[in-house]
Amino acid sequence: MTSFFKKVWVITVNTFREAVRDRVLYSIVFFALLILALSTVMDIITIGQKSKIIKDVGLASISIFGTLIAIFVGIGLVYKELDKRTIYTIVAKPVTRFQFLLGKYFGLVLTIFVEVLAMGLIFVAIAFFVTGSLDMRLFIAIGLIFLELMVVCGVAIFFSSFSTPILSGMFTLGVYVIGHTTRDLYEFSANFKGTFLEMFFKILYYVFPNLDNFNIRSQVVHGLPISGEYFLFSISYGVLYIAILLIISSIVFTKRDFK
Amino acid sequence: MSEKAVELKGIYKAYKTGFTMKKVNALNGVDLVINKGEVFGYLGPNGSGKTTTLKLIMGIIYPDSGEIEVMSKSPYDISVKEKIGFLPESPYFYDYLTAVEFLDFYARLFSIPRGVRNERIRRLLKSVGLEERADEPLRRFSRGMLQRIGIAQALINDPEIVFLDEPMSGLDPLGRAEVKEIIQGLKREGKTIVFSSHILPDVEAIADRVGIIVEGKIRDVGNLDRMLDDRVSFVEVTVYGLDHDLLKSLKGKVEVKRTLGDRTVLLIDGAENINEVIDYLRSLKISIESVEPIRVTLEELFLSEIKGKTK
Repeated sequence: MTSFFKKVWVITVNTFREAVRDRVLYSIVFFALLILALSTVMDIITIGQKSKIIKDVGLASISIFGTLIAIFVGIGLVYKELDKRTIYTIVAKPVTRFQFLLGKYFGLVLTIFVEVLAMGLIFVAIAFFVTGSLDMRLFIAIGLIFLELMVVCGVAIFFSSFSTPILSGMFTLGVYVIGHTTRDLYEFSANFKGTFLEMFFKILYYVFPNLDNFNIRSQVVHGLPISGEYFLFSISYGVLYIAILLIISSIVFTKRDFK
Repeated sequence: MSEKAVELKGIYKAYKTGFTMKKVNALNGVDLVINKGEVFGYLGPNGSGKTTTLKLIMGIIYPDSGEIEVMSKSPYDISVKEKIGFLPESPYFYDYLTAVEFLDFYARLFSIPRGVRNERIRRLLKSVGLEERADEPLRRFSRGMLQRIGIAQALINDPEIVFLDEPMSGLDPLGRAEVKEIIQGLKREGKTIVFSSHILPDVEAIADRVGIIVEGKIRDVGNLDRMLDDRVSFVEVTVYGLDHDLLKSLKGKVEVKRTLGDRTVLLIDGAENINEVIDYLRSLKISIESVEPIRVTLEELFLSEIKGKTK
């Protein structure tokens, strides 16, 4: 590991440690209980569709849970360092602000990874017991949910690098909601051909992340095929979007004064 | 000529505050040189610009104009940060970490090898008197203990220059004495120490040179003895048997500080009057008990600088 990434890793571990000691991961227990309760209820009220509904609800729960944690933890991460002025001691050390921000980001991602991994394993186990078969494609769906959450973490860190937690939370949630409707925005823009609004909606489409790129829930639930190219495209899109977010965040963060 | 540890040239810095983003000037053209190996006391009332100056040197904020050099390099140069230590004002640290984890975190940011790291952490905890609390989380630490672990954090890389922002504020007399001792120990090791304070006796006790900043401008910088010697402005003379008529004849040259029975304490203002008054008193066979030059205390000097009355 080069010296650059070693220092990023030091911040990553510290960020993860903070989340663990703040008992963020306790939410996994809550998730497990929720899924158990849901699957019991589903067992009673559904006939024949049980397997599909368990998978659909389970994957949706992982996504929503993960998003909430990414937003709640993410928006406060950088702000807390500024508010408590711990950033002063970091800036005085041989660490660039870019390294600091990367460390914070990966610390958040590591927290989400552990969270999603635990939720995923609990969910797959329950799905196995309920349906009697192991659907390996659930892992692909969970993997893509994780990638989506990595984008959400990036958005949270981006807003957190210059804004307060409440505003960052609102903005990130806004991006999340719009991110799931960008395709509609693109189609909507066609109604305003040649006008300013067409341009406006197209810009929104390109600027906001298309989070539906990471959503293969319906294919997995209904047993439809997923092409390798689609999978590859989603990964490349996610990585590129995160990289751009982190670079912009870092530029903003490097230029600002810490009061 | 001593080597420069830090140099600030014509630094201006304004903050935008409030809803209207009104500009408030924090520093108005600060020029300052801090030499290698000295203990520099940075004095000023609250809001005078002490913390702003230190934050600029640390690269926490950027100046609007002017130049900053730390060891002849830009303060944003990572290699500079390898050689400096910084304790912010009223530090609030990662309170979920234990004292050892906390120091280990900072040591890793310097890529200090494990063996050296462990040894240094142990030594630092001992020198700031926290070895017994090594494995306790910082959230259980008192204000004074946080200040001490903060100092340990600033020394984790064995820095050449240590910047301490108000290291003694909020501490009880014992805590202040401990911090003073640490600073004196660092001085003996040949380190450059820059600390800000508004607790004057502490500055007087440990600083080699002092800079006084008021409203974002440096009012005076120099050797503390020189600054105070320059202002030996009067002499206190205690005499016996001085009557009212005699006093009248000395009008304008002396001031009666107090009378105790037939003993009178006179204040003679201005060096040129001292010999003249004493000769006059002696010629009248007035008995002089003592002659004592009264030096301006740092406190008086400081207050007069704040009021802008000196020079």
